[in-house]
Amino acid sequence: MQTPVQPLDLAQARDPDFQAAVARESGQALASCYQCGNCTAGCAYTPDYDFPVHQVMRLVQLGLKERALSCRSIWLCATCQACTTRCPNNIDVAKVMDVLRHMARRAGYAPERGVKTFTDGFLASVAKHGRIFEVGLAAAFAIKSGKPMQDAGLGLPMLTHGKLSFTPHEPEGNGKAEVAAIFARFDRVAADKSRAETVSSAKPADKTGGGK
Amino acid sequence: MSGPALPKLTLAYYPGCSQTGTAAEYDRSSRACCAALGVELVDVPDWTCCGSTPAHTVDHFLAGALAARNLLQAELAGFDRVTTPCPSCLAALRTASHHLAEKAPAENGAPQDSGPNYRTEVERLLDRPAPLRASAVSVLQVLTEDVGLEAMTSAVTRPLTGLRVAPYYGCIMNRPPGLMQFDDPENPTAMDRVLTACGATVVDYPFKTECCGAAFGMPRLDIMQRLSARLLDMAASCGADAIVVACPLCQMNLDLRRGQVNAKAGTSHTMPVPYFTQLLGLALGLPESGLGLDKLVLPLGPALEAARAREDKRAALAQAELAARAARKNGAPANGNGPKENTPCA
Repeated sequence: MQTPVQPLDLAQARDPDFQAAVARESGQALASCYQCGNCTAGCAYTPDYDFPVHQVMRLVQLGLKERALSCRSIWLCATCQACTTRCPNNIDVAKVMDVLRHMARRAGYAPERGVKTFTDGFLASVAKHGRIFEVGLAAAFAIKSGKPMQDAGLGLPMLTHGKLSFTPHEPEGNGKAEVAAIFARFDRVAADKSRAETVSSAKPADKTGGGK
Repeated sequence: MSGPALPKLTLAYYPGCSQTGTAAEYDRSSRACCAALGVELVDVPDWTCCGSTPAHTVDHFLAGALAARNLLQAELAGFDRVTTPCPSCLAALRTASHHLAEKAPAENGAPQDSGPNYRTEVERLLDRPAPLRASAVSVLQVLTEDVGLEAMTSAVTRPLTGLRVAPYYGCIMNRPPGLMQFDDPENPTAMDRVLTACGATVVDYPFKTECCGAAFGMPRLDIMQRLSARLLDMAASCGADAIVVACPLCQMNLDLRRGQVNAKAGTSHTMPVPYFTQLLGLALGLPESGLGLDKLVLPLGPALEAARAREDKRAALAQAELAARAARKNGAPANGNGPKENTPCA
Protein backbone atom coordinates (compact mmCIF):
# COMPACT_ATOMS: atom_id res chain seq x y z
CA MET A 1 0.00 0.00 0.00
CA GLN A 2 1.28 3.41 -0.87
CA THR A 3 0.28 6.70 0.62
CA PRO A 4 0.75 9.72 -1.59
CA VAL A 5 3.56 11.70 0.01
CA GLN A 6 3.78 14.60 -2.38
CA PRO A 7 1.42 17.48 -1.87
CA LEU A 8 -1.36 17.24 -4.36
CA ASP A 9 -2.52 20.25 -6.27
CA LEU A 10 -6.11 19.16 -6.55
CA ALA A 11 -7.16 22.09 -8.64
CA GLN A 12 -4.56 21.21 -11.24
CA ALA A 13 -4.71 17.42 -11.08
CA ARG A 14 -8.48 17.13 -11.26
CA ASP A 15 -10.28 16.23 -14.41
CA PRO A 16 -13.82 17.46 -13.86
CA ASP A 17 -15.25 15.07 -16.48
CA PHE A 18 -13.56 11.93 -15.24
CA GLN A 19 -16.08 10.87 -12.60
CA ALA A 20 -18.93 11.35 -15.04
CA ALA A 21 -17.13 9.30 -17.70
CA VAL A 22 -16.56 6.39 -15.29
CA ALA A 23 -20.17 6.66 -14.13
CA ARG A 24 -21.40 6.59 -17.72
CA GLU A 25 -19.36 3.52 -18.69
CA SER A 26 -20.04 1.59 -15.48
CA GLY A 27 -23.55 2.81 -14.70
CA GLN A 28 -22.60 3.13 -11.04
CA ALA A 29 -23.58 5.89 -8.64
CA LEU A 30 -20.01 6.74 -7.68
CA ALA A 31 -20.97 9.62 -5.40
CA SER A 32 -22.75 7.22 -3.06
CA CYS A 33 -19.43 5.66 -1.98
CA TYR A 34 -18.88 6.93 1.56
CA GLN A 35 -15.47 5.33 2.01
CA CYS A 36 -16.49 2.72 4.57
CA GLY A 37 -13.71 0.43 3.38
CA ASN A 38 -15.79 -2.75 3.28
CA CYS A 39 -14.54 -3.45 -0.24
CA THR A 40 -10.93 -3.18 0.88
CA ALA A 41 -11.54 -5.31 3.96
CA GLY A 42 -12.72 -8.22 1.83
CA CYS A 43 -10.25 -7.81 -1.01
CA ALA A 44 -7.71 -10.64 -1.22
CA TYR A 45 -5.39 -8.44 -3.27
CA THR A 46 -5.09 -5.45 -0.92
CA PRO A 47 -1.49 -6.40 0.03
CA ASP A 48 -0.52 -6.30 -3.65
CA TYR A 49 -2.32 -3.08 -4.57
CA ASP A 50 -0.68 0.34 -4.68
CA PHE A 51 -4.07 1.88 -3.83
CA PRO A 52 -6.56 -0.25 -1.89
CA VAL A 53 -9.86 -0.46 -3.70
CA HIS A 54 -11.74 2.10 -1.59
CA GLN A 55 -8.98 4.61 -2.39
CA VAL A 56 -9.34 3.83 -6.08
CA MET A 57 -13.00 4.75 -5.68
CA ARG A 58 -11.91 7.96 -3.98
CA LEU A 59 -9.49 8.81 -6.80
CA VAL A 60 -12.41 8.56 -9.19
CA GLN A 61 -14.62 10.71 -6.98
CA LEU A 62 -11.92 13.35 -6.84
CA GLY A 63 -11.46 13.23 -10.59
CA LEU A 64 -7.79 12.25 -10.28
CA LYS A 65 -7.77 10.57 -13.66
CA GLU A 66 -4.03 10.24 -14.11
CA ARG A 67 -3.52 8.51 -10.76
CA ALA A 68 -6.54 6.24 -11.16
CA LEU A 69 -5.63 5.09 -14.66
CA SER A 70 -1.94 4.63 -13.93
CA CYS A 71 -2.30 2.56 -10.74
CA ARG A 72 -1.39 -1.11 -10.50
CA SER A 73 -4.47 -2.08 -8.53
CA ILE A 74 -6.82 -2.03 -11.50
CA TRP A 75 -4.61 -4.64 -13.23
CA LEU A 76 -4.36 -6.88 -10.18
CA CYS A 77 -8.10 -7.03 -9.47
CA ALA A 78 -9.19 -10.61 -10.17
CA THR A 79 -12.89 -9.71 -10.40
CA CYS A 80 -13.61 -12.04 -7.48
CA GLN A 81 -16.73 -9.93 -6.81
CA ALA A 82 -16.29 -9.78 -3.02
CA CYS A 83 -16.39 -5.94 -3.11
CA THR A 84 -19.49 -5.87 -5.30
CA THR A 85 -21.21 -8.42 -3.06
CA ARG A 86 -20.46 -6.49 0.13
CA CYS A 87 -20.84 -2.83 -0.83
CA PRO A 88 -23.50 -1.35 1.49
CA ASN A 89 -24.45 1.14 -1.22
CA ASN A 90 -24.88 -1.50 -3.92
CA ILE A 91 -22.07 -0.14 -6.05
CA ASP A 92 -20.75 -2.72 -8.49
CA VAL A 93 -17.17 -1.98 -7.44
CA ALA A 94 -15.68 -4.79 -9.54
CA LYS A 95 -17.35 -3.26 -12.59
CA VAL A 96 -15.83 0.12 -11.80
CA MET A 97 -12.40 -1.58 -11.63
CA ASP A 98 -13.16 -3.24 -14.98
CA VAL A 99 -14.14 0.07 -16.58
CA LEU A 100 -11.00 1.76 -15.24
CA ARG A 101 -8.96 -1.05 -16.80
CA HIS A 102 -10.69 -0.48 -20.13
CA MET A 103 -9.92 3.24 -19.92
CA ALA A 104 -6.32 2.59 -18.87
CA ARG A 105 -5.83 0.27 -21.84
CA ARG A 106 -7.25 2.81 -24.23
CA ALA A 107 -5.01 5.49 -22.73
CA GLY A 108 -1.94 3.29 -23.07
CA TYR A 109 -1.19 2.46 -19.43
CA ALA A 110 0.01 -1.00 -18.37
CA PRO A 111 2.03 -0.85 -15.14
CA GLU A 112 1.49 -4.60 -14.64
CA ARG A 113 3.08 -5.64 -17.89
CA GLY A 114 2.71 -9.37 -17.22
CA VAL A 115 -1.03 -9.13 -16.64
CA LYS A 116 -1.52 -7.32 -19.93
CA THR A 117 0.73 -9.82 -21.72
CA PHE A 118 -1.31 -12.70 -20.29
CA THR A 119 -4.66 -11.13 -21.17
CA ASP A 120 -3.56 -10.23 -24.69
CA GLY A 121 -2.09 -13.71 -25.18
CA PHE A 122 -5.29 -15.35 -23.95
CA LEU A 123 -7.47 -13.37 -26.34
CA ALA A 124 -5.03 -13.88 -29.21
CA SER A 125 -5.29 -17.62 -28.63
CA VAL A 126 -9.10 -17.44 -28.68
CA ALA A 127 -9.04 -15.28 -31.84
CA LYS A 128 -6.75 -17.78 -33.54
CA HIS A 129 -8.28 -21.09 -32.46
CA GLY A 130 -11.85 -20.25 -31.43
CA ARG A 131 -11.05 -21.79 -28.06
CA ILE A 132 -8.17 -21.45 -25.65
CA PHE A 133 -5.15 -23.52 -26.57
CA GLU A 134 -3.65 -23.84 -23.10
CA VAL A 135 -0.20 -25.13 -24.02
CA GLY A 136 0.16 -22.56 -26.79
CA LEU A 137 -0.87 -19.77 -24.40
CA ALA A 138 1.61 -20.95 -21.76
CA ALA A 139 4.42 -21.18 -24.30
CA ALA A 140 3.65 -17.75 -25.75
CA PHE A 141 3.51 -16.24 -22.28
CA ALA A 142 6.80 -17.87 -21.27
CA ILE A 143 8.51 -16.25 -24.24
CA LYS A 144 6.88 -12.82 -24.06
CA SER A 145 6.99 -12.42 -20.28
CA GLY A 146 10.76 -12.82 -20.02
CA LYS A 147 10.26 -15.59 -17.43
CA PRO A 148 10.64 -18.62 -19.67
CA MET A 149 11.43 -21.10 -16.90
CA GLN A 150 8.81 -20.10 -14.32
CA ASP A 151 6.35 -22.88 -15.12
CA ALA A 152 8.78 -25.31 -16.74
CA GLY A 153 8.39 -27.60 -13.72
CA LEU A 154 4.69 -28.06 -14.48
CA GLY A 155 5.42 -29.82 -17.77
CA LEU A 156 6.27 -33.19 -16.30
CA PRO A 157 3.25 -33.55 -13.97
CA MET A 158 1.02 -32.36 -16.80
CA LEU A 159 2.53 -34.92 -19.14
CA THR A 160 2.30 -37.83 -16.71
CA HIS A 161 -1.31 -36.99 -15.83
CA GLY A 162 -2.43 -36.63 -19.41
CA LYS A 163 -3.06 -32.89 -19.17
CA LEU A 164 -0.62 -31.77 -21.82
CA SER A 165 -2.29 -31.36 -25.15
CA PHE A 166 0.07 -30.27 -27.90
CA THR A 167 -2.65 -29.61 -30.44
CA PRO A 168 -5.52 -27.15 -29.99
CA HIS A 169 -9.05 -28.56 -29.58
CA GLU A 170 -10.70 -26.33 -32.14
CA PRO A 171 -14.44 -26.09 -32.73
CA GLU A 172 -15.71 -28.54 -35.31
CA GLY A 173 -17.71 -26.15 -37.51
CA ASN A 174 -17.69 -22.47 -38.44
CA GLY A 175 -17.05 -21.43 -34.83
CA LYS A 176 -13.39 -20.71 -35.35
CA ALA A 177 -14.06 -18.38 -38.30
CA GLU A 178 -16.97 -16.71 -36.51
CA VAL A 179 -14.85 -15.94 -33.45
CA ALA A 180 -12.07 -14.57 -35.64
CA ALA A 181 -14.67 -12.33 -37.30
CA ILE A 182 -15.91 -11.09 -33.90
CA PHE A 183 -12.36 -10.05 -33.01
CA ALA A 184 -11.83 -8.40 -36.41
CA ARG A 185 -15.02 -6.35 -35.98
CA PHE A 186 -14.04 -5.50 -32.41
CA ASP A 187 -10.64 -4.23 -33.57
CA ARG A 188 -12.36 -1.98 -36.12
CA VAL A 189 -14.79 -0.61 -33.52
CA ALA A 190 -11.96 -0.08 -31.04
CA ALA A 191 -9.89 1.75 -33.65
CA ASP A 192 -12.82 4.08 -34.42
CA LYS A 193 -13.33 4.72 -30.72
CA SER A 194 -9.65 5.41 -30.22
CA ARG A 195 -9.63 7.94 -33.05
CA ALA A 196 -12.63 9.68 -31.52
CA GLU A 197 -10.93 9.85 -28.12
CA THR A 198 -7.69 11.15 -29.63
CA VAL A 199 -9.59 14.11 -30.98
CA SER A 200 -11.01 15.01 -27.56
CA SER A 201 -7.81 14.47 -25.55
CA ALA A 202 -4.18 14.01 -26.52
CA LYS A 203 -3.13 10.39 -26.15
CA PRO A 204 -0.12 9.76 -23.89
CA ALA A 205 2.95 8.59 -25.78
CA ASP A 206 4.02 5.64 -23.63
CA LYS A 207 2.94 4.92 -20.10
CA THR A 208 3.59 1.22 -19.97
CA GLY A 209 6.13 1.45 -17.14
CA GLY A 210 8.46 -1.32 -16.03
CA GLY A 211 6.09 -3.85 -14.53
CA LYS A 212 7.06 -7.17 -13.03
CA MET B 1 -33.39 -48.68 -6.45
CA SER B 2 -36.05 -47.22 -4.16
CA GLY B 3 -36.64 -43.56 -3.38
CA PRO B 4 -37.69 -40.67 -5.57
CA ALA B 5 -37.58 -41.15 -9.31
CA LEU B 6 -34.77 -39.53 -11.23
CA PRO B 7 -35.75 -36.61 -13.43
CA LYS B 8 -35.99 -36.95 -17.18
CA LEU B 9 -34.13 -33.85 -18.17
CA THR B 10 -32.27 -32.82 -21.29
CA LEU B 11 -30.04 -29.76 -21.22
CA ALA B 12 -27.55 -28.12 -23.51
CA TYR B 13 -24.03 -28.60 -22.20
CA TYR B 14 -21.19 -26.10 -22.55
CA PRO B 15 -17.93 -27.83 -21.59
CA GLY B 16 -15.63 -24.77 -21.68
CA CYS B 17 -12.04 -24.73 -22.90
CA SER B 18 -10.33 -25.92 -19.70
CA GLN B 19 -12.51 -29.00 -19.73
CA THR B 20 -10.93 -30.12 -23.02
CA GLY B 21 -7.44 -29.87 -21.51
CA THR B 22 -6.18 -29.33 -17.98
CA ALA B 23 -9.61 -30.02 -16.47
CA ALA B 24 -10.64 -32.98 -18.64
CA GLU B 25 -11.52 -34.90 -15.48
CA TYR B 26 -14.09 -32.24 -14.52
CA ASP B 27 -15.77 -32.66 -17.90
CA ARG B 28 -15.66 -36.44 -17.76
CA SER B 29 -16.97 -36.72 -14.19
CA SER B 30 -19.66 -34.07 -14.77
CA ARG B 31 -20.95 -36.02 -17.77
CA ALA B 32 -20.80 -39.31 -15.85
CA CYS B 33 -22.71 -37.96 -12.84
CA CYS B 34 -25.37 -36.29 -14.98
CA ALA B 35 -25.89 -39.47 -17.00
CA ALA B 36 -26.16 -41.57 -13.83
CA LEU B 37 -28.69 -39.15 -12.33
CA GLY B 38 -30.97 -38.93 -15.35
CA VAL B 39 -29.75 -35.66 -16.85
CA GLU B 40 -29.07 -35.96 -20.56
CA LEU B 41 -26.48 -33.49 -21.84
CA VAL B 42 -26.34 -32.35 -25.45
CA ASP B 43 -23.16 -30.43 -26.32
CA VAL B 44 -23.72 -26.89 -27.62
CA PRO B 45 -22.97 -27.42 -31.32
CA ASP B 46 -19.68 -25.94 -32.47
CA TRP B 47 -19.15 -24.11 -29.17
CA THR B 48 -16.36 -21.56 -28.82
CA CYS B 49 -14.59 -19.79 -25.93
CA CYS B 50 -16.88 -17.73 -23.66
CA GLY B 51 -14.22 -15.02 -23.32
CA SER B 52 -13.76 -15.77 -19.62
CA THR B 53 -12.13 -13.10 -17.44
CA PRO B 54 -9.67 -11.71 -20.03
CA ALA B 55 -12.45 -10.60 -22.39
CA HIS B 56 -14.41 -8.59 -19.84
CA THR B 57 -11.25 -6.89 -18.57
CA VAL B 58 -10.73 -5.56 -22.10
CA ASP B 59 -14.25 -4.71 -23.24
CA HIS B 60 -17.76 -5.61 -22.12
CA PHE B 61 -19.23 -5.84 -25.63
CA LEU B 62 -16.41 -8.13 -26.82
CA ALA B 63 -17.05 -10.32 -23.78
CA GLY B 64 -20.77 -10.18 -24.51
CA ALA B 65 -20.36 -11.22 -28.14
CA LEU B 66 -18.04 -14.15 -27.35
CA ALA B 67 -20.45 -15.48 -24.73
CA ALA B 68 -23.62 -14.69 -26.70
CA ARG B 69 -22.43 -16.70 -29.69
CA ASN B 70 -22.62 -19.84 -27.53
CA LEU B 71 -26.03 -18.98 -26.12
CA LEU B 72 -27.19 -18.47 -29.69
CA GLN B 73 -25.79 -21.83 -30.77
CA ALA B 74 -27.75 -23.46 -27.92
CA GLU B 75 -30.90 -21.54 -28.80
CA LEU B 76 -30.67 -22.53 -32.47
CA ALA B 77 -30.39 -26.15 -31.34
CA GLY B 78 -33.63 -25.73 -29.40
CA PHE B 79 -32.30 -25.19 -25.88
CA ASP B 80 -33.04 -22.31 -23.52
CA ARG B 81 -31.02 -23.74 -20.65
CA VAL B 82 -27.31 -24.35 -20.95
CA THR B 83 -25.38 -26.02 -18.16
CA THR B 84 -21.65 -25.72 -17.63
CA PRO B 85 -19.35 -27.07 -14.94
CA CYS B 86 -17.01 -24.03 -15.02
CA PRO B 87 -17.86 -20.97 -12.86
CA SER B 88 -15.94 -18.63 -15.15
CA CYS B 89 -17.88 -19.79 -18.23
CA LEU B 90 -21.03 -19.59 -16.12
CA ALA B 91 -20.34 -15.97 -15.15
CA ALA B 92 -19.56 -15.01 -18.77
CA LEU B 93 -22.70 -16.67 -20.14
CA ARG B 94 -24.95 -15.33 -17.38
CA THR B 95 -23.58 -11.78 -17.72
CA ALA B 96 -24.41 -11.82 -21.42
CA SER B 97 -27.91 -13.25 -21.01
CA HIS B 98 -28.59 -10.86 -18.11
CA HIS B 99 -27.74 -7.78 -20.17
CA LEU B 100 -29.48 -9.10 -23.29
CA ALA B 101 -32.67 -9.54 -21.27
CA GLU B 102 -32.68 -5.94 -20.04
CA LYS B 103 -35.65 -4.15 -21.52
CA ALA B 104 -35.43 -0.66 -20.08
CA PRO B 105 -34.30 2.00 -22.50
CA ALA B 106 -30.94 3.42 -21.55
CA GLU B 107 -31.66 6.55 -19.53
CA ASN B 108 -29.24 9.13 -18.35
CA GLY B 109 -26.98 7.43 -15.87
CA ALA B 110 -27.71 3.91 -17.13
CA PRO B 111 -24.52 2.11 -18.05
CA GLN B 112 -23.54 2.02 -21.69
CA ASP B 113 -23.39 -1.74 -21.54
CA SER B 114 -26.98 -2.40 -20.57
CA GLY B 115 -30.37 -2.57 -22.17
CA PRO B 116 -30.95 -2.14 -25.90
CA ASN B 117 -27.56 -0.51 -26.35
CA TYR B 118 -25.88 -3.72 -25.16
CA ARG B 119 -27.88 -5.79 -27.64
CA THR B 120 -27.06 -3.38 -30.46
CA GLU B 121 -23.34 -3.40 -29.74
CA VAL B 122 -23.19 -7.18 -29.25
CA GLU B 123 -25.10 -7.75 -32.50
CA ARG B 124 -22.71 -5.41 -34.27
CA LEU B 125 -19.83 -7.69 -33.23
CA LEU B 126 -21.77 -10.92 -33.82
CA ASP B 127 -23.09 -9.69 -37.16
CA ARG B 128 -26.37 -11.52 -36.54
CA PRO B 129 -29.26 -11.32 -34.07
CA ALA B 130 -28.22 -12.02 -30.48
CA PRO B 131 -29.95 -14.78 -28.54
CA LEU B 132 -33.29 -13.96 -26.96
CA ARG B 133 -33.89 -16.42 -24.16
CA ALA B 134 -31.04 -18.82 -23.47
CA SER B 135 -29.29 -18.63 -20.12
CA ALA B 136 -26.83 -20.75 -18.18
CA VAL B 137 -26.83 -22.67 -14.90
CA SER B 138 -24.00 -24.55 -13.24
CA VAL B 139 -23.83 -28.33 -13.19
CA LEU B 140 -23.77 -27.95 -9.39
CA GLN B 141 -27.11 -26.12 -9.48
CA VAL B 142 -28.65 -28.69 -11.83
CA LEU B 143 -27.56 -31.53 -9.57
CA THR B 144 -28.79 -29.89 -6.36
CA GLU B 145 -32.00 -28.32 -7.69
CA ASP B 146 -33.16 -30.34 -10.71
CA VAL B 147 -31.98 -33.75 -9.56
CA GLY B 148 -32.25 -32.89 -5.88
CA LEU B 149 -30.49 -34.23 -2.83
CA GLU B 150 -33.12 -36.82 -2.05
CA ALA B 151 -32.73 -38.54 -5.41
CA MET B 152 -28.98 -38.17 -5.17
CA THR B 153 -28.80 -39.68 -1.69
CA SER B 154 -30.86 -42.68 -2.69
CA ALA B 155 -28.60 -43.26 -5.71
CA VAL B 156 -25.46 -43.46 -3.54
CA THR B 157 -24.18 -47.02 -3.44
CA ARG B 158 -20.65 -46.53 -2.15
CA PRO B 159 -20.76 -43.85 0.58
CA LEU B 160 -17.54 -41.98 1.32
CA THR B 161 -17.95 -42.61 5.03
CA GLY B 162 -15.25 -41.01 7.14
CA LEU B 163 -13.69 -38.90 4.39
CA ARG B 164 -13.21 -35.40 5.77
CA VAL B 165 -13.65 -32.81 3.05
CA ALA B 166 -13.25 -29.03 2.87
CA PRO B 167 -15.71 -27.67 0.29
CA TYR B 168 -14.06 -24.82 -1.63
CA TYR B 169 -16.38 -22.90 -3.95
CA GLY B 170 -14.06 -20.17 -5.20
CA CYS B 171 -15.04 -16.61 -6.02
CA ILE B 172 -17.68 -16.57 -8.68
CA MET B 173 -19.87 -19.65 -8.36
CA ASN B 174 -22.18 -17.54 -6.19
CA ARG B 175 -21.03 -13.96 -6.68
CA PRO B 176 -22.29 -11.42 -7.35
CA PRO B 177 -25.57 -12.76 -5.95
CA GLY B 178 -27.78 -10.62 -8.19
CA LEU B 179 -26.25 -12.20 -11.27
CA MET B 180 -25.67 -15.76 -10.12
CA GLN B 181 -29.00 -16.24 -8.27
CA PHE B 182 -27.80 -19.41 -6.60
CA ASP B 183 -27.06 -20.38 -3.03
CA ASP B 184 -25.65 -18.03 -0.39
CA PRO B 185 -22.89 -15.68 -1.59
CA GLU B 186 -21.06 -15.63 1.76
CA ASN B 187 -21.67 -19.15 2.99
CA PRO B 188 -22.66 -21.38 0.07
CA THR B 189 -23.77 -24.87 1.02
CA ALA B 190 -24.76 -26.64 -2.22
CA MET B 191 -21.50 -28.56 -2.44
CA ASP B 192 -21.62 -29.27 1.31
CA ARG B 193 -25.01 -30.88 0.80
CA VAL B 194 -23.85 -32.94 -2.19
CA LEU B 195 -20.84 -34.18 -0.23
CA THR B 196 -23.00 -34.99 2.80
CA ALA B 197 -25.30 -36.94 0.49
CA CYS B 198 -22.18 -38.84 -0.62
CA GLY B 199 -21.62 -39.87 2.99
CA ALA B 200 -18.51 -37.70 3.48
CA THR B 201 -17.90 -35.56 6.56
CA VAL B 202 -17.91 -31.89 5.60
CA VAL B 203 -15.60 -29.79 7.77
CA ASP B 204 -16.48 -26.20 8.60
CA TYR B 205 -14.17 -24.50 6.11
CA PRO B 206 -14.08 -20.72 6.62
CA PHE B 207 -12.36 -19.95 3.29
CA LYS B 208 -15.14 -21.32 1.06
CA THR B 209 -15.23 -18.23 -1.16
CA GLU B 210 -11.76 -16.73 -0.66
CA CYS B 211 -9.77 -16.19 -3.86
CA CYS B 212 -7.09 -18.75 -4.84
CA GLY B 213 -5.15 -16.33 -7.02
CA ALA B 214 -7.22 -17.02 -10.12
CA ALA B 215 -5.33 -16.59 -13.39
CA PHE B 216 -2.35 -14.85 -11.76
CA GLY B 217 -0.39 -18.11 -11.74
CA MET B 218 1.30 -17.01 -14.92
CA PRO B 219 1.64 -13.20 -14.66
CA ARG B 220 2.07 -12.86 -10.87
CA LEU B 221 3.00 -16.24 -9.47
CA ASP B 222 3.91 -14.63 -6.13
CA ILE B 223 0.31 -13.49 -5.55
CA MET B 224 -1.16 -16.84 -6.49
CA GLN B 225 1.31 -18.60 -4.17
CA ARG B 226 0.37 -16.38 -1.24
CA LEU B 227 -3.38 -16.82 -1.73
CA SER B 228 -3.40 -20.55 -2.41
CA ALA B 229 -1.03 -21.19 0.52
CA ARG B 230 -3.53 -19.84 3.00
CA LEU B 231 -6.32 -21.97 1.53
CA LEU B 232 -4.17 -25.08 2.02
CA ASP B 233 -3.10 -24.06 5.54
CA MET B 234 -6.71 -23.50 6.54
CA ALA B 235 -7.87 -26.81 5.08
CA ALA B 236 -5.09 -28.58 6.96
CA SER B 237 -5.97 -26.91 10.25
CA CYS B 238 -9.60 -27.95 9.70
CA GLY B 239 -8.38 -31.54 9.53
CA ALA B 240 -9.53 -32.06 5.94
CA ASP B 241 -8.37 -35.10 3.97
CA ALA B 242 -9.18 -33.31 0.72
CA ILE B 243 -10.18 -29.89 -0.63
CA VAL B 244 -13.14 -30.37 -2.94
CA VAL B 245 -13.55 -27.87 -5.77
CA ALA B 246 -15.98 -26.84 -8.49
CA CYS B 247 -13.66 -24.62 -10.57
CA PRO B 248 -10.90 -25.65 -12.99
CA LEU B 249 -8.75 -22.64 -12.15
CA CYS B 250 -8.96 -23.22 -8.39
CA GLN B 251 -8.14 -26.87 -9.02
CA MET B 252 -5.08 -26.03 -11.10
CA ASN B 253 -3.73 -23.59 -8.54
CA LEU B 254 -4.22 -25.97 -5.64
CA ASP B 255 -3.18 -29.18 -7.41
CA LEU B 256 -0.91 -28.74 -10.42
CA ARG B 257 0.78 -25.70 -8.85
CA ARG B 258 1.03 -27.31 -5.40
CA GLY B 259 4.80 -27.66 -5.67
CA GLN B 260 5.16 -23.94 -6.39
CA VAL B 261 2.89 -23.06 -3.45
CA ASN B 262 4.61 -25.41 -1.02
CA ALA B 263 8.03 -24.17 -2.14
CA LYS B 264 7.14 -20.53 -1.51
CA ALA B 265 5.37 -21.13 1.80
CA GLY B 266 7.80 -23.73 3.11
CA THR B 267 4.99 -26.23 3.61
CA SER B 268 4.52 -29.83 2.53
CA HIS B 269 0.77 -30.13 2.03
CA THR B 270 -0.18 -33.30 0.17
CA MET B 271 -3.97 -33.25 0.41
CA PRO B 272 -5.67 -34.01 -2.92
CA VAL B 273 -8.01 -31.58 -4.71
CA PRO B 274 -10.75 -33.58 -6.46
CA TYR B 275 -13.73 -32.04 -8.23
CA PHE B 276 -17.00 -32.58 -6.39
CA THR B 277 -18.24 -34.52 -9.41
CA GLN B 278 -15.40 -37.02 -9.01
CA LEU B 279 -16.38 -37.74 -5.40
CA LEU B 280 -20.07 -37.85 -6.32
CA GLY B 281 -19.25 -40.31 -9.11
CA LEU B 282 -17.34 -42.52 -6.69
CA ALA B 283 -20.24 -42.46 -4.23
CA LEU B 284 -22.65 -43.33 -7.03
CA GLY B 285 -20.53 -46.39 -7.70
CA LEU B 286 -19.45 -45.23 -11.17
CA PRO B 287 -16.30 -46.81 -12.60
CA GLU B 288 -13.18 -44.87 -11.61
CA SER B 289 -11.92 -44.85 -15.17
CA GLY B 290 -14.88 -42.66 -16.15
CA LEU B 291 -14.09 -40.07 -13.48
CA GLY B 292 -10.53 -39.20 -14.48
CA LEU B 293 -9.08 -39.80 -11.02
CA ASP B 294 -5.72 -40.55 -12.66
CA LYS B 295 -5.59 -36.93 -13.85
CA LEU B 296 -5.30 -35.50 -10.35
CA VAL B 297 -1.67 -34.59 -9.69
CA LEU B 298 -2.04 -35.19 -5.94
CA PRO B 299 -3.55 -38.69 -5.81
CA LEU B 300 -6.91 -39.20 -4.14
CA GLY B 301 -6.18 -42.81 -3.19
CA PRO B 302 -4.19 -42.19 0.03
CA ALA B 303 -6.92 -39.89 1.39
CA LEU B 304 -9.60 -42.49 0.66
CA GLU B 305 -7.46 -45.21 2.26
CA ALA B 306 -6.74 -43.07 5.33
CA ALA B 307 -10.45 -42.35 5.74
CA ARG B 308 -11.29 -46.03 5.32
CA ALA B 309 -8.63 -47.07 7.86
CA ARG B 310 -9.87 -44.45 10.32
CA GLU B 311 -13.43 -45.62 9.79
CA ASP B 312 -12.47 -49.30 10.24
CA LYS B 313 -10.65 -48.42 13.45
CA ARG B 314 -13.61 -46.45 14.73
CA ALA B 315 -16.00 -49.28 13.88
CA ALA B 316 -13.70 -51.81 15.59
CA LEU B 317 -13.52 -49.66 18.72
CA ALA B 318 -17.29 -49.25 18.79
CA GLN B 319 -17.66 -53.00 18.35
CA ALA B 320 -15.25 -53.69 21.21
CA GLU B 321 -17.05 -51.18 23.39
CA LEU B 322 -20.38 -52.86 22.71
CA ALA B 323 -18.93 -56.28 23.47
CA ALA B 324 -17.40 -55.02 26.73
CA ARG B 325 -20.66 -53.46 27.74
CA ALA B 326 -22.55 -56.66 27.01
CA ALA B 327 -20.03 -58.62 29.06
CA ARG B 328 -20.38 -56.23 32.01
CA LYS B 329 -24.15 -56.36 31.78
CA ASN B 330 -24.15 -60.15 31.86
CA GLY B 331 -21.61 -60.41 34.69
CA ALA B 332 -22.46 -57.49 37.02
CA PRO B 333 -25.70 -56.90 38.98
CA ALA B 334 -28.07 -54.52 37.20
CA ASN B 335 -27.99 -51.72 39.78
CA GLY B 336 -28.35 -48.93 37.27
CA ASN B 337 -25.00 -47.40 38.29
CA GLY B 338 -23.09 -48.67 35.29
CA PRO B 339 -20.98 -46.35 33.16
CA LYS B 340 -22.82 -43.76 31.16
CA GLU B 341 -23.08 -44.41 27.47
CA ASN B 342 -20.42 -42.73 25.46
CA THR B 343 -21.93 -40.43 22.89
CA PRO B 344 -19.49 -40.10 20.02
CA CYS B 345 -19.15 -36.54 18.94
CA ALA B 346 -20.10 -36.04 15.36
